[in-house]
Amino acid sequence: MLKVVDLNVYYGAIHALKSVSLEVNQGEIVTLIGANGAGKSTLIRTISGLVKSASGEMWYAQSRLDSLAPHQIVKLGVSQSPEGRRVFRTMSVHDNLLMGAYTRKIDRATLHADMDEMFTLFPRLKEREKQQAGTLSGGEQQMLAIARALMSKPRLLMLDEPSLGLAPFLVQTIFSVIQNINRAGVTILLVEQNAHQALRIAHRAYVLETGCITLTDEASKLMENDAVRQAYLGG
Amino acid sequence: MEALQNLLQQTVNGIQLGSVYALIAVGYTMVYGVLQFINFAHGDVYMVGAYIGFFAITATFLSHFPPVMQGSITLLLCMTGCALLGNFIERLAYRPLRNGLSGRDAFPWALFWSLYVMLFLGKWLSSRSVLPAWIVFTVTFFVSLVSLSALFKLSFSKLSKHLKPSSDRLTALITAIGISFLLENQGVALFTTTPRQIQLKGIANDIHLRLSAFKYYSGNKLHVVGVRISGGEITVLAAAIILMSFLIYLVGHTRTGRAIRAVSLDKDAAALMGIPADKIIGLTFIIGSSLAGAAGFLNHEVSGISFDSNIGIALGLKAFVAAVLGGIGSIEGAVVGGLLMGVAESFTGGSVLSSLKDAVSFVILIAILLLRPGGILGSNVQEKV
Ligand SMILES: Nc1ncnc2c1ncn2[C@@H]1O[C@H](COP(=O)(O)OP(=O)(O)OP(=O)(O)O)[C@@H](O)[C@H]1O
Ligand SMILES: [Mg+2]
Repeated sequence: MLKVVDLNVYYGAIHALKSVSLEVNQGEIVTLIGANGAGKSTLIRTISGLVKSASGEMWYAQSRLDSLAPHQIVKLGVSQSPEGRRVFRTMSVHDNLLMGAYTRKIDRATLHADMDEMFTLFPRLKEREKQQAGTLSGGEQQMLAIARALMSKPRLLMLDEPSLGLAPFLVQTIFSVIQNINRAGVTILLVEQNAHQALRIAHRAYVLETGCITLTDEASKLMENDAVRQAYLGG
Repeated sequence: MEALQNLLQQTVNGIQLGSVYALIAVGYTMVYGVLQFINFAHGDVYMVGAYIGFFAITATFLSHFPPVMQGSITLLLCMTGCALLGNFIERLAYRPLRNGLSGRDAFPWALFWSLYVMLFLGKWLSSRSVLPAWIVFTVTFFVSLVSLSALFKLSFSKLSKHLKPSSDRLTALITAIGISFLLENQGVALFTTTPRQIQLKGIANDIHLRLSAFKYYSGNKLHVVGVRISGGEITVLAAAIILMSFLIYLVGHTRTGRAIRAVSLDKDAAALMGIPADKIIGLTFIIGSSLAGAAGFLNHEVSGISFDSNIGIALGLKAFVAAVLGGIGSIEGAVVGGLLMGVAESFTGGSVLSSLKDAVSFVILIAILLLRPGGILGSNVQEKV
């Protein structure tokens, strides 16, 4: 479904991604783990078109993504919940969700049905519908960011550290919601620091180290891998 | 009582002047919202609006219409003309700067240069041709447009590898100053510096309204304390209110308005929602410029204030101050700032300090910015990260 081949990305002189290749198949949860500054966010920002690559190819279904603008990539069905939530702070929760559905030309009834679906997924958002997004708690903002990304009805959803800064209980909730979203037919590329949880729900995983993919395997196998256990699972 | 009378009158005059400032200020504030830079060419768009209005009113083809029709058509012409100009400036200068020069920029560049080719080559050709001048000019223009488009397309796509996009706001600012000079100089070349003055007949000075606040007897004479408003002033105020209400509705309650706000709040996040940033940025130029065009018409053809091709600097600067005063980035702030500036200017203008009326706006600006660095309605709190 998503195929990245030999991708190179630079920030000025910094070589942030070095010949990265990666593949995500329809229906999978694929997780990308790696230390701080490894280039995880850079990779999904490049897939979303926010960062331009120097060389390499990115394919989604039959479309080449490299030369497309971010909004065109969203239209193809690739959506992202970015690092740091990035909700529209002075807009209400309701309006944030509306922004998520920006690319879809839909009637009011469909829109409300979709919004209700998000409220079923995250009941907390329903209570906060009229509240300004900037005044939500960190966890609530994370829920909103995910719900907002889902409002475009993506076929591939990329999540950048959805569990960052959440209480353990909430981490569990978020990860089970991700599994539910996946069961509903959305393919997921999950960037995580919380390797333990990520590997638990993922089908396959990639390990990114200073811009290079160093390991890739089924998630269950990587969990057994000594190097991975040492570096990302705390021994 | 004389003083009260004066106070009331100056307030009304100030509000009317302020509504013009507000219309212009909106353009600064909206563009700042989406691009975080001051589009210093905006005042010159206003100047062009004033000229479009001037020539439309003097044109014979409109003189048969009743005044209200003539006024409405002129207003539409000013707004459309300036909207096109604003969008053109963005396409010609700011977008290539922001995204890097590419083949897509060939057309606006070709359009720009073809105008010059038409003026100079066309003039030369028509002097030695038997064909009517307008045919020569049209043909020159289109031939130049097609060939320059092709030439630019080729060279731009070659150049694009070497020219990096610039996200530096200072570069954009300097470009804006350059465009401002360009428009000013073209204004001088085309329209000369002769002051122009014209007033739309029919609605302007024929009606005078006296609104009395209260009456009192002093001695045995009846005094009326109230204000005098001309039909022109009422028209300006009404038009400004209608346009601003429309804008505030658009930005606050429509899908497009939400997209504008989203781009202002967080460009990357907006892009991830599928919002086409360039389109939205272009739109803010279109909206801001059309309102500046309307302001040009209202201030000079309805209020009948004389102007020349340098008017954009003075008015633009004041409207910019109004935008900063109200809180740059905030549309409501532009309205508040504009009105405040208008009233302050009108008060100083009507007092013994009248020679300082242009300076007073800056004094207020400095005073307010010392108290509230973000402006009156701007965000004065540091964003939490
Ligand atoms: N806009 C930028 N300009 C310059 N360098 C950047 C930029 N963004 C990221 N980098 C650099 O690129 C490298 C990869 O950054 P990236 O954000 O992709 O890491 P990450 O794996 O997402 O890290 P984290 O887990 O901390 O989020 C880092 O060294 C970072 O400093
Ligand atoms: Mg990151």
